[in-house]
Amino acid sequence: MNIVVAMKQIPDLQQIRISNRRPVLEDVPLTFGSIDKSALEAAVVIRESSGEEKVLVLSAGTEELEDTIKEALAAGGDEACLIIDESLAEADSSMIAQVLAAGIKQLDNVDLILFGEGSGDNYSGQVGSRVARLLELPQICYARDIKIDGDTAYVVRVLEDCEEVVEVKLPAIITVLSDIGEPRIPSVTQILKAGKKPKHFLDLDELGVSLDHSNPIITLSNLAPESNRKRIVVKDSAELIEVLKSENLIGG
Amino acid sequence: MAKIMIYSAKDTLALELLSAARTIASNTGDEIIALTINNDEQGQILADAGATVYKVNASDLILADVAAVADVIAQGVQQLGVEVVLLASDRRGKELAGSLAQIIGAGCITDVSAMQVKDGRIECERNALGGATVATQYIEGDRQVLAIAPKAFSAASGEGGSVTELQVTVKPSGIRVQEVRAKDSDSVNIEEATVIVAVGQGLKSKEDLAMAESLAQSLGGVVACSKPLATDKKWLSEDRVIGLSGKLCKPDLALLFGISGQVQFTVGIRDAKTIVAVNTDENATINQMADYILTADMHEIIPELNRLLG
Repeated sequence: MNIVVAMKQIPDLQQIRISNRRPVLEDVPLTFGSIDKSALEAAVVIRESSGEEKVLVLSAGTEELEDTIKEALAAGGDEACLIIDESLAEADSSMIAQVLAAGIKQLDNVDLILFGEGSGDNYSGQVGSRVARLLELPQICYARDIKIDGDTAYVVRVLEDCEEVVEVKLPAIITVLSDIGEPRIPSVTQILKAGKKPKHFLDLDELGVSLDHSNPIITLSNLAPESNRKRIVVKDSAELIEVLKSENLIGG
Repeated sequence: MAKIMIYSAKDTLALELLSAARTIASNTGDEIIALTINNDEQGQILADAGATVYKVNASDLILADVAAVADVIAQGVQQLGVEVVLLASDRRGKELAGSLAQIIGAGCITDVSAMQVKDGRIECERNALGGATVATQYIEGDRQVLAIAPKAFSAASGEGGSVTELQVTVKPSGIRVQEVRAKDSDSVNIEEATVIVAVGQGLKSKEDLAMAESLAQSLGGVVACSKPLATDKKWLSEDRVIGLSGKLCKPDLALLFGISGQVQFTVGIRDAKTIVAVNTDENATINQMADYILTADMHEIIPELNRLLG
């Protein structure tokens, strides 16, 4: 049985510059979101401990994916399933969910499908729930721990004020928190081997989905918030306390 | 006339959604419906705030089976002819949002931090690009699911509401709850704090937290941290993480020690009134968004501050 990890290709957030409040994305390398990388780590750990067969990394995006996917294959993914189409560059959560669900239907013996609880860039957190609905599978979001025993997953779900220990019959969709596991750093050998791991390409026509484009999200603007900070350099602790007192921010 | 439905399992968040719905309705003239599920007490609270409440009592429903809850809300949407659904953007609400949107064929925007209604169009603000930007977006179409961030709206009040029963069917669930446990945390609420002392990866050891704790105490504040200190090093609980996947804080004063300033962090503190950054690197990104900048080692500065304030 196989584990699918759905990962989203995003710009490397550390390298985005802001110019006149606009994000500059040219020359920013692409990577996967950090929570998605934790989901991959969780899948690899489950495969190592439970005798699952393969970790399949599923991603939908533009042709740059072919390069970005190596990162996931080096970090423990066994095979990649890539849905590549230029129209997916601007696709919203609803479209991506439809495409990923169609992709998963093409895969055999899928036991468990993992997502990060939110992508690194938009952090919208919808796609896992939408895919679960499209595939009519049970879902559990915000998992900090997953144990597999036979055809059942035991999941610790973390909410704001409590934790639930929940059991669900597989196959199921689970979205994970980044605390579930710190992504491993691949060795040079693993990076070299990643290039040789199998990659399956699916295009939208082959998937045979008729995409529902209704009720799309329209973006009117996307700007960095204005910042009017004073940026005053103080020389030592005493001066810092003085200025904070003069602004009545601290007592005394 | 179109209808807006609100739902959150939490009373305070439901009252905030009622305010959000009234903001929309004041522009569109829509009718507002509040849904409660297995919670008669909340139904009364919302009715007392002036809401038209439909209450569902479905003893078979497991609230931890979020997809099943989404099915119940979807039945309410169909029966009552609702177009726009407002949910809370807490974890339950976000999990619900995607599921419900998929059932009813809606567009969905989560983590809505502000909203403006222009000519019937609901324009939502939410963080994008990991918090580097704020996007203004709307859903083009009638079917909309919007998950509103906690505290984006104040709790509604009013009078003269009503409570009516709504019948739904519940399918057997594939999910079983073995245990619910109170969270193993020191139960601090950094979102409510007026003063925050935040430490980042510049902190050398777990023992050094004590000096930050004592500074926070003398300022009447709380200790918070950047994500790696909780998730990688596990020196502090997840409840104390500031940032996109942590807490969004608005203190009067934020003292940031040894924090470099990645956007996923700064999005959680940029609404602070005054920001102080103490960092050994004079070119640290965090200095761009600070009111007061002190280039120094926090392991020297924090004990000094403690001495001077003590």
